[in-house]
Amino acid sequence: MSAVLTRRPVLSRLRAGRAPLQAVCLAVVALVVLAAVLAPWLAPADPNAVDLGSALAGPGAGHPLGVDAAGRDTLARLLIGARTSLLGPLGVVVFSTVGGIAVGAAAAWRGGWLDSLLSRSTELVFAFPGMLLAVLVVAVAGEGLLAPVVALAVAYLPYVSRLTRALVLTERERPYVAAHRVQGQSAAQILLRHVLPNIAPVVLAQSAVNFGYALMDLAGLSFLGLGVPALTPDWGRMVFDGQSAVQHGYPLSAVLPCVAIVLTVVAFNVVGERWADHVSGRNR
Amino acid sequence: MNFLRFAVRRLLEMAATLFVASFVVFGAMYLAPGSPAGFLLSGRSASPAALQAINEQYHLDDPFPVRYLRWLGQVLHGDFGRSLTYRTDVSRLLADRLPVTLTLVAMALLIVVVLGLALGWIGAVRGGAADSAVLVSTMVAVGTPSFVAAVLLQGLFAVRLGWFPSGGAGQGFADTVWHLTLPAVALALYLVGLLARVTRSAMLDELGSEHVAVARARGVPERRVIVRHVFRNALGTVLTTGGLVVSTLLVCTVLVESAFSVGGLGQLLELATTTKDFPTVQAVALIVVALFMAVNLLVDLVHPLVDPRVVLGARRSAA
Repeated sequence: MSAVLTRRPVLSRLRAGRAPLQAVCLAVVALVVLAAVLAPWLAPADPNAVDLGSALAGPGAGHPLGVDAAGRDTLARLLIGARTSLLGPLGVVVFSTVGGIAVGAAAAWRGGWLDSLLSRSTELVFAFPGMLLAVLVVAVAGEGLLAPVVALAVAYLPYVSRLTRALVLTERERPYVAAHRVQGQSAAQILLRHVLPNIAPVVLAQSAVNFGYALMDLAGLSFLGLGVPALTPDWGRMVFDGQSAVQHGYPLSAVLPCVAIVLTVVAFNVVGERWADHVSGRNR
Repeated sequence: MNFLRFAVRRLLEMAATLFVASFVVFGAMYLAPGSPAGFLLSGRSASPAALQAINEQYHLDDPFPVRYLRWLGQVLHGDFGRSLTYRTDVSRLLADRLPVTLTLVAMALLIVVVLGLALGWIGAVRGGAADSAVLVSTMVAVGTPSFVAAVLLQGLFAVRLGWFPSGGAGQGFADTVWHLTLPAVALALYLVGLLARVTRSAMLDELGSEHVAVARARGVPERRVIVRHVFRNALGTVLTTGGLVVSTLLVCTVLVESAFSVGGLGQLLELATTTKDFPTVQAVALIVVALFMAVNLLVDLVHPLVDPRVVLGARRSAA
């Protein structure tokens, strides 16, 4: 019994304590996005300019965050790399959200054979983890950013479509849909103008959470040398480039992109999950 | 009897999905630009006779359905064809590399289950500062990709402190465990966070439920309430993540094994992908998918034994 009583204040304190966390994470997200947008003006040097004389140098006057093993400025690569590192996941999220909403809404609205066909293919896609699907597609299409982005979009699509399907199924039973139908509106009209705007916040919150995961997967592919082409600045690629320096005792050029990845993913996860909790009316 | 029928039905469903998956895997490789013969010759010009011999050896002239069915038939007999890069049977490559990867995955799974359940338990039962610590640490763990963890652990524990080797798989049991400790921790980190969160929220749900209040009101000791009524009930929810956990572990070996050059299945998949060694890629992909489905099947079969309220055949999916 005492356990129940002591839990209550703790829970409320936790909730209050999470508000600043949310603010910090929002700030991190804003900062990273801003850095990516303004990267060309903020970068202190050309991210591919080679200064072999100061290779592996620590932070100093010319290079605020040091230089990597190939003599390139780490801060410049981090800033410019933020663009590729964020654009890739953005592509995944946009493709998977649009596709997932289309598939989920069609399955729920039409039902019947279309629904079972789409549900079956969803289950098939679930059997392929996103990373595996991306590796398969890269094996077929060769390296580059587009192929893994499309592969991950396909892998993430079921999460969106399953959610959309469930939401549309409950939504179509509600009186306002019947009212619009009686007024003679077509199914497409009701779906696009009334149902989709109603379910959009929940679906978009799911997509925000997917963004963090997509960033992790794409950075992983770049780390394997299967994502972006060799010279493109990218956080995952920077970890790959810096790994041999780590093994020789110069960890800075690999640790900094690691920190950037973790901070960004955590920030997007917290913001996305918090948003999802908020729009779905849950409080834990 | 009912159980048996359910098991057979799920087994058939799994076979059907696996069949389609194999078609996808083989079809994707078939559509790839560039012919395997061109890769084998690697730019050298060959006499028509030599080309003919290669095409015959790898059956490249047959139409797609014939090649697919032949490949499928061979796979069912454990023959995955010949590797284009290593010039040996893929099944031998797999047999050489599977033990290391399975050891790595088993070690990581052990870490995930023990630490994940413990952290979730502590977070849910203790509350307060302990719960906040669990929440923050799992938040960071869930946001850390395994390759980031691998590089950071390598830099700290292998290079700076020298406690563990920075790569390789080792010889003999103790040496292998010593070599695979850092990779296993890197592999496990993300899933420890995930499992701890699932366990914590499942246990919190149970803690707030009526049967727990009733048990407490009847004077059941708190420890017994937690073990028998809270944890036991939460275990069913935790179990449904089993397939996701195992497939994530298997796939992330690609990243961790290449960071630590472990030389297992994951590194084989990476090398095979960069060299366009299609038979090897097909085999590894198919094995990962099959293992994922097998674990999901196992979870579906075990779930009703852990939690008798679950009706056999009521479908749930992980993730």
